[in-house]
Amino acid sequence: MKTAKKRMLSGNKAMAEAISQEMERDSNVFVLGEDIGKYGGIFGSTQGLIETYGPERVLDTPISETAFIGAAIGAAAEGMRPVAELMFVDFFGVCMDQIYNHMAKIPYMSGGNVKLPMVLMTAVGGGYNDAAQHSQTLYATFAHLPGMKVVAPSTPYDLKGMMTSAIRDDNPVVFMFHKSLQGLGWMDQLDEAVGNVPEEAYTVPLDKAAVVREGKDVTIVGIQMMTHYAVQAAEKLADEGIEAEVIDLRSLAPIDKDTILTSLKKTGRLLVVDEDYLSYGMTAEIAAIAAEGALYDLEAPVRRLAVPDVPLPYSSVLEDFVIPGKEKIYQEVKSLLEEG
Amino acid sequence: MSISEEKQTTVPLEKMKWMYSEMVKIRYYEDQMVEVYSEGKAPVFNIGAGTVPGEMHLATGQEPAAVGMCAHLTKDDTVSSPHRPHHHAIAKGVDLKKMTAEIFGRKTGLGKGKGGHMHLFDPDVKFSCGGIVAAGIPHAAGAAMAARMKGTDRVAVAFIGEGAANAGAFHETLNLAALWNLPLIVVVEDNSYGISVPKKASTSIESNDKRAGAYGITGAYVKDNDPVAMYKASEEAVTRARDGQGPTIIEIETYRFLGHFQGDPELYRDKEEVPGLRQQDPILKLKKQLLASGVDDADIEKMEKDAKQVVDEAYEFARNSEFPEADDALRDVFTS
Repeated sequence: MKTAKKRMLSGNKAMAEAISQEMERDSNVFVLGEDIGKYGGIFGSTQGLIETYGPERVLDTPISETAFIGAAIGAAAEGMRPVAELMFVDFFGVCMDQIYNHMAKIPYMSGGNVKLPMVLMTAVGGGYNDAAQHSQTLYATFAHLPGMKVVAPSTPYDLKGMMTSAIRDDNPVVFMFHKSLQGLGWMDQLDEAVGNVPEEAYTVPLDKAAVVREGKDVTIVGIQMMTHYAVQAAEKLADEGIEAEVIDLRSLAPIDKDTILTSLKKTGRLLVVDEDYLSYGMTAEIAAIAAEGALYDLEAPVRRLAVPDVPLPYSSVLEDFVIPGKEKIYQEVKSLLEEG
Repeated sequence: MSISEEKQTTVPLEKMKWMYSEMVKIRYYEDQMVEVYSEGKAPVFNIGAGTVPGEMHLATGQEPAAVGMCAHLTKDDTVSSPHRPHHHAIAKGVDLKKMTAEIFGRKTGLGKGKGGHMHLFDPDVKFSCGGIVAAGIPHAAGAAMAARMKGTDRVAVAFIGEGAANAGAFHETLNLAALWNLPLIVVVEDNSYGISVPKKASTSIESNDKRAGAYGITGAYVKDNDPVAMYKASEEAVTRARDGQGPTIIEIETYRFLGHFQGDPELYRDKEEVPGLRQQDPILKLKKQLLASGVDDADIEKMEKDAKQVVDEAYEFARNSEFPEADDALRDVFTS
């Protein structure tokens, strides 16, 4: 029997490999953004690309997000497939007009006659003491606005497969990658930031959640770091005989209601965990999905954990308090199971 | 830097005639729109009522910018236009029937009734416009990038109003376009007002072509709303862009005969201003030049008649078109 060779890659190398393979496959694919050339992207998502494809297809831009995201829109309308990087999602404030008024609306306002096959990739997430302007996820801010697919993969395997799908998709895709899951040498070293990634190109759908741990007692829905913390909490709960089912949402828009509802019909209990702000966010959306589609299957009210409507603070003691983690998830599930 | 006025380019008679006929078409189109837009809005003006609801920004008087530039473009060159788009669309060759149907909110429209007058997209002739000031400039830059990446000599033109030259997108994009030597031309139509605010109250420099110096590119100024001078300045800019010699800013002094939008009380300008501007109607000026060039009255009448017929047919098509089904609103968010 042959042993399957498992190749391990960090999140950022998985992304860069996807982009590289698509650039090889399709000459219309090009990359632009700040420090994406020789630096390889501040979070490593474009490493090695300029060496292979040169500065004509891997373009370092001025600090002019409106200009280069707008130019990506203009190029996409002409049939190119740009991958633009907005360095931190927090910087959307200087260019959101291009993103939500143009990228997200031109296909619709043109009655489908103009396609914008582009990817806007951006770094999200906190937990590394960079404070309120460099630590947000803003999942819901983007997912709220129609006209963009919004995905946030949690594993190197999905980062590669979903990036490949995003580049091949004829619609604008906002591709959020979590800084902590990139495998950066200058951040906390997490096991979850490295994983098995096949060498050949493959796709992962942009509209399907994944059940990453099966269980019968409670459903925990999260995305990116929250999924990983949920799995860690589930392992601790399992030691006590509690079987939590963990769903990695993977895609915020479109959202995979079926996977959530199927799980709820089995477990009857729901905890939603989010690294974004609590109010009007992903946790509320999933609670509404549960109320609309599985209310009579619920044995207890829905629970939510998220950043409690404050900007992300700097000091570790403060930041650790507001971002949900393994221990909080564990406690919340225990408390949820004591109800009803 | 400015384009040398002494340069003796002559405008071929056929191009002169094309410009005249397009200007007549644009003028007649906008005149008809004034009438159609007022349908169903009396006795009380309600912007959401009538045959054509919503805001309406007409370009009456601003024809020279559109025809002088578009005379040099093919359907493969790209144009982005702002909230006042009809003159650019017509001069670029946008399907006039589908455009009018779009403005009427009909399903036969360019965007199946989802865009309206400020959001017209005709990929067949690479035309787009939008309702956010200055936002179309980077789109044109992106089209210019694509043109070069595909190894063509196509160019892209962003038409903007003078008010847009004070938006960040203008500066960001011109720096980028100059840096990357893109085949981009930005045409600034100075109609003197950003809605109500006069240019001298909003802009630190006399004319925006002078800002070209800040990016190390060429600037050109066209005075007196002159279509022939606009033709010449555009010819130089387009040639430069096609030859890989980078972007140009052209500012043209133009006139807005109507309000910012239909229904604008125009309290910010003197009652005598518009009659004075109409004395300098660019269509009449070009007509005189044509007559002086040996085109006779009968030729001109025929050109005018043909242009108007095309417009009448477009309005008729729009009026007779069906409205979309209500639930068509749910389609076209994503392409499958």
